[in-house]
Amino acid sequence: MRDVVLQTIAKLIIPFIQLYGLYIIVHGHITPGGGFAGGSILASSFILYALAYDVGDGFRRMPRLAAKWLESMGGLMFVAIGLFALVQGGNYLTNFLGIGNPGTILSGGSIPLLTIAVGIKVASTIITLFYHLLEEKRHG
Amino acid sequence: MKGFRNILATLLLTVMAVLLILTVSEMPAFGEPGPAYNQVARHYLERSVQETGAVNVISAIISDYRAYDTLGEATVLFTGIAAVLAALSAHRQKRGGGDA
Repeated sequence: MRDVVLQTIAKLIIPFIQLYGLYIIVHGHITPGGGFAGGSILASSFILYALAYDVGDGFRRMPRLAAKWLESMGGLMFVAIGLFALVQGGNYLTNFLGIGNPGTILSGGSIPLLTIAVGIKVASTIITLFYHLLEEKRHG
Repeated sequence: MKGFRNILATLLLTVMAVLLILTVSEMPAFGEPGPAYNQVARHYLERSVQETGAVNVISAIISDYRAYDTLGEATVLFTGIAAVLAALSAHRQKRGGGDA
Protein backbone atom coordinates (compact mmCIF):
# COMPACT_ATOMS: atom_id res chain seq x y z
CA MET A 1 0.00 0.00 0.00
CA ARG A 2 2.39 2.68 -1.26
CA ASP A 3 0.35 5.32 -3.03
CA VAL A 4 2.18 8.51 -3.92
CA VAL A 5 -0.97 10.65 -3.92
CA LEU A 6 -2.02 9.37 -0.50
CA GLN A 7 1.47 9.85 0.91
CA THR A 8 1.81 13.40 -0.42
CA ILE A 9 -1.60 14.47 0.86
CA ALA A 10 -0.93 12.83 4.22
CA LYS A 11 2.39 14.65 4.49
CA LEU A 12 0.62 17.95 3.77
CA ILE A 13 -2.32 17.45 6.10
CA ILE A 14 -0.69 15.82 9.15
CA PRO A 15 0.83 19.03 10.62
CA PHE A 16 -2.55 20.74 10.49
CA ILE A 17 -4.28 17.79 12.19
CA GLN A 18 -1.66 17.80 14.94
CA LEU A 19 -1.88 21.56 15.42
CA TYR A 20 -5.66 21.29 15.66
CA GLY A 21 -5.39 18.47 18.19
CA LEU A 22 -2.99 20.49 20.33
CA TYR A 23 -5.28 23.53 20.05
CA ILE A 24 -8.25 21.48 21.25
CA ILE A 25 -6.25 20.14 24.21
CA VAL A 26 -4.76 23.48 25.28
CA HIS A 27 -8.06 25.33 24.92
CA GLY A 28 -9.98 22.57 26.71
CA HIS A 29 -11.20 24.88 29.47
CA ILE A 30 -12.33 27.69 27.15
CA THR A 31 -13.84 26.09 24.05
CA PRO A 32 -15.70 22.83 23.46
CA GLY A 33 -13.34 19.89 23.53
CA GLY A 34 -10.74 18.81 26.01
CA GLY A 35 -8.24 16.09 26.70
CA PHE A 36 -10.23 13.19 25.32
CA ALA A 37 -11.28 14.87 22.06
CA GLY A 38 -7.94 16.58 21.44
CA GLY A 39 -5.98 13.43 22.23
CA SER A 40 -8.07 11.47 19.73
CA ILE A 41 -7.46 14.08 17.02
CA LEU A 42 -3.73 14.09 17.76
CA ALA A 43 -3.65 10.29 17.59
CA SER A 44 -5.57 10.26 14.31
CA SER A 45 -2.67 12.05 12.61
CA PHE A 46 -0.31 9.26 13.65
CA ILE A 47 -2.84 6.67 12.48
CA LEU A 48 -3.04 8.43 9.11
CA TYR A 49 0.75 8.34 8.88
CA ALA A 50 0.88 4.62 9.61
CA LEU A 51 -1.88 3.93 7.07
CA ALA A 52 -0.37 6.06 4.30
CA TYR A 53 3.20 4.86 4.80
CA ASP A 54 3.77 1.72 6.82
CA VAL A 55 3.35 0.73 10.42
CA GLY A 56 7.13 0.24 10.58
CA ASP A 57 7.61 3.91 9.67
CA GLY A 58 4.98 4.72 12.26
CA PHE A 59 6.97 2.88 14.92
CA ARG A 60 10.06 4.85 13.90
CA ARG A 61 8.16 8.10 14.52
CA MET A 62 6.54 6.87 17.72
CA PRO A 63 8.83 4.19 19.20
CA ARG A 64 7.46 1.65 21.65
CA LEU A 65 9.59 3.05 24.44
CA ALA A 66 8.27 6.59 23.86
CA ALA A 67 4.70 5.29 23.87
CA LYS A 68 5.36 3.50 27.14
CA TRP A 69 6.82 6.63 28.71
CA LEU A 70 4.04 8.92 27.48
CA GLU A 71 1.42 6.43 28.64
CA SER A 72 2.83 6.31 32.16
CA MET A 73 3.69 10.01 32.34
CA GLY A 74 0.15 11.07 31.40
CA GLY A 75 -1.31 9.05 34.25
CA LEU A 76 1.40 9.97 36.72
CA MET A 77 1.06 13.67 35.88
CA PHE A 78 -2.65 13.45 36.74
CA VAL A 79 -1.91 11.71 40.04
CA ALA A 80 0.94 14.12 40.81
CA ILE A 81 -1.31 17.16 40.30
CA GLY A 82 -3.80 15.58 42.66
CA LEU A 83 -1.13 14.91 45.28
CA PHE A 84 0.24 18.44 44.89
CA ALA A 85 -3.21 19.72 45.83
CA LEU A 86 -2.94 17.65 48.99
CA VAL A 87 0.42 19.25 49.79
CA GLN A 88 -1.15 22.68 49.27
CA GLY A 89 -3.68 21.86 51.97
CA GLY A 90 -6.75 20.98 49.94
CA ASN A 91 -8.48 17.71 49.19
CA TYR A 92 -7.13 15.32 46.57
CA LEU A 93 -7.40 16.96 43.11
CA THR A 94 -8.59 20.27 44.52
CA ASN A 95 -8.12 23.17 42.15
CA PHE A 96 -5.11 24.68 43.94
CA LEU A 97 -3.86 27.24 41.43
CA GLY A 98 -5.41 30.66 41.07
CA ILE A 99 -8.58 30.88 39.03
CA GLY A 100 -7.21 33.62 36.82
CA ASN A 101 -9.23 35.62 34.37
CA PRO A 102 -12.04 33.39 33.00
CA GLY A 103 -11.96 33.13 29.23
CA THR A 104 -8.22 33.56 28.84
CA ILE A 105 -5.85 30.68 28.23
CA LEU A 106 -4.16 30.98 31.63
CA SER A 107 -7.26 30.44 33.71
CA GLY A 108 -9.07 27.64 35.44
CA GLY A 109 -6.29 26.75 37.87
CA SER A 110 -5.20 23.13 37.47
CA ILE A 111 -7.88 22.30 34.87
CA PRO A 112 -5.60 22.97 31.84
CA LEU A 113 -2.81 20.86 33.38
CA LEU A 114 -5.19 17.96 33.99
CA THR A 115 -6.54 18.35 30.44
CA ILE A 116 -3.01 18.18 29.02
CA ALA A 117 -2.27 15.05 31.08
CA VAL A 118 -5.45 13.38 29.84
CA GLY A 119 -4.66 14.46 26.27
CA ILE A 120 -1.18 12.89 26.37
CA LYS A 121 -2.61 9.72 27.84
CA VAL A 122 -5.49 9.35 25.36
CA ALA A 123 -3.30 10.10 22.34
CA SER A 124 -0.64 7.61 23.40
CA THR A 125 -3.24 4.93 24.18
CA ILE A 126 -4.95 5.21 20.80
CA ILE A 127 -1.64 5.29 18.89
CA THR A 128 -0.26 2.26 20.74
CA LEU A 129 -3.46 0.27 20.36
CA PHE A 130 -3.79 1.01 16.65
CA TYR A 131 -0.14 0.41 15.79
CA HIS A 132 -0.06 -2.91 17.58
CA LEU A 133 -3.28 -4.11 15.95
CA LEU A 134 -1.99 -2.97 12.55
CA GLU A 135 1.30 -4.77 13.10
CA GLU A 136 -0.57 -7.90 14.10
CA LYS A 137 -2.56 -7.73 10.86
CA ARG A 138 0.57 -7.23 8.75
CA HIS A 139 2.26 -10.27 10.22
CA GLY A 140 -0.95 -12.23 9.68
CA MET B 1 -46.66 -30.17 38.49
CA LYS B 2 -46.65 -28.28 35.23
CA GLY B 3 -49.91 -26.52 36.06
CA PHE B 4 -48.52 -25.42 39.41
CA ARG B 5 -45.43 -24.01 37.70
CA ASN B 6 -47.58 -22.06 35.25
CA ILE B 7 -49.65 -20.58 38.06
CA LEU B 8 -46.51 -19.62 39.98
CA ALA B 9 -44.99 -17.94 36.88
CA THR B 10 -48.19 -16.01 36.18
CA LEU B 11 -48.32 -14.84 39.79
CA LEU B 12 -44.70 -13.70 39.78
CA LEU B 13 -45.07 -11.90 36.46
CA THR B 14 -48.22 -10.16 37.71
CA VAL B 15 -46.39 -8.91 40.79
CA MET B 16 -43.52 -7.67 38.63
CA ALA B 17 -45.92 -5.98 36.21
CA VAL B 18 -47.67 -4.16 39.06
CA LEU B 19 -44.31 -3.00 40.44
CA LEU B 20 -43.12 -1.78 37.04
CA ILE B 21 -46.41 0.03 36.31
CA LEU B 22 -46.24 1.72 39.73
CA THR B 23 -42.68 2.84 38.98
CA VAL B 24 -43.60 4.20 35.56
CA SER B 25 -46.58 6.11 36.94
CA GLU B 26 -44.25 7.83 39.41
CA MET B 27 -41.95 9.06 36.64
CA PRO B 28 -42.10 12.76 35.64
CA ALA B 29 -44.22 13.58 32.62
CA PHE B 30 -42.59 13.82 29.22
CA GLY B 31 -40.75 17.11 28.78
CA GLU B 32 -40.87 18.07 32.45
CA PRO B 33 -37.60 18.57 34.34
CA GLY B 34 -36.88 15.26 36.01
CA PRO B 35 -35.22 14.58 39.35
CA ALA B 36 -31.83 14.63 37.60
CA TYR B 37 -32.22 18.36 37.17
CA ASN B 38 -31.78 19.26 40.83
CA GLN B 39 -29.78 21.81 42.77
CA VAL B 40 -26.48 20.13 41.80
CA ALA B 41 -27.01 20.76 38.09
CA ARG B 42 -28.15 24.33 38.81
CA HIS B 43 -25.13 24.90 41.02
CA TYR B 44 -22.77 23.72 38.26
CA LEU B 45 -24.42 25.89 35.63
CA GLU B 46 -24.63 29.03 37.74
CA ARG B 47 -21.39 28.99 39.70
CA SER B 48 -18.82 26.98 37.74
CA VAL B 49 -17.17 30.06 36.22
CA GLN B 50 -16.73 31.77 39.59
CA GLU B 51 -15.57 28.62 41.33
CA THR B 52 -13.25 27.10 38.75
CA GLY B 53 -12.51 29.87 36.25
CA ALA B 54 -13.23 27.58 33.31
CA VAL B 55 -15.69 28.94 30.76
CA ASN B 56 -16.32 25.44 29.41
CA VAL B 57 -18.71 23.95 31.98
CA ILE B 58 -18.04 20.39 30.84
CA SER B 59 -14.33 20.89 31.41
CA ALA B 60 -15.04 22.37 34.82
CA ILE B 61 -17.09 19.31 35.77
CA ILE B 62 -14.82 16.56 34.42
CA SER B 63 -11.54 18.03 35.62
CA ASP B 64 -12.54 19.95 38.71
CA TYR B 65 -15.78 18.85 40.37
CA ARG B 66 -15.38 15.25 39.26
CA ALA B 67 -11.65 15.01 38.64
CA TYR B 68 -11.54 11.84 40.70
CA ASP B 69 -13.89 10.24 38.20
CA THR B 70 -11.61 11.31 35.35
CA LEU B 71 -8.69 9.72 37.18
CA GLY B 72 -10.72 6.52 37.13
CA GLU B 73 -11.24 6.88 33.38
CA ALA B 74 -7.51 7.32 32.87
CA THR B 75 -6.95 4.18 34.94
CA VAL B 76 -9.39 2.29 32.72
CA LEU B 77 -7.45 3.41 29.64
CA PHE B 78 -4.16 2.36 31.22
CA THR B 79 -5.48 -1.05 32.24
CA GLY B 80 -7.02 -1.59 28.81
CA ILE B 81 -3.83 -0.79 26.91
CA ALA B 82 -1.77 -2.89 29.30
CA ALA B 83 -4.06 -5.87 28.71
CA VAL B 84 -3.95 -5.40 24.93
CA LEU B 85 -0.16 -5.16 24.91
CA ALA B 86 0.13 -8.23 27.10
CA ALA B 87 -2.10 -10.23 24.75
CA LEU B 88 -0.46 -9.04 21.52
CA SER B 89 3.11 -9.34 22.83
CA ALA B 90 2.42 -12.95 23.81
CA HIS B 91 1.60 -13.66 20.17
CA ARG B 92 4.74 -11.93 18.99
CA GLN B 93 6.98 -13.89 21.32
CA LYS B 94 5.45 -17.16 20.17
CA ARG B 95 6.53 -16.32 16.63
CA GLY B 96 9.97 -15.63 18.02
CA GLY B 97 10.50 -12.06 16.83
CA GLY B 98 10.16 -8.46 17.93
CA ASP B 99 11.39 -6.47 20.87
CA ALA B 100 8.95 -5.92 23.35
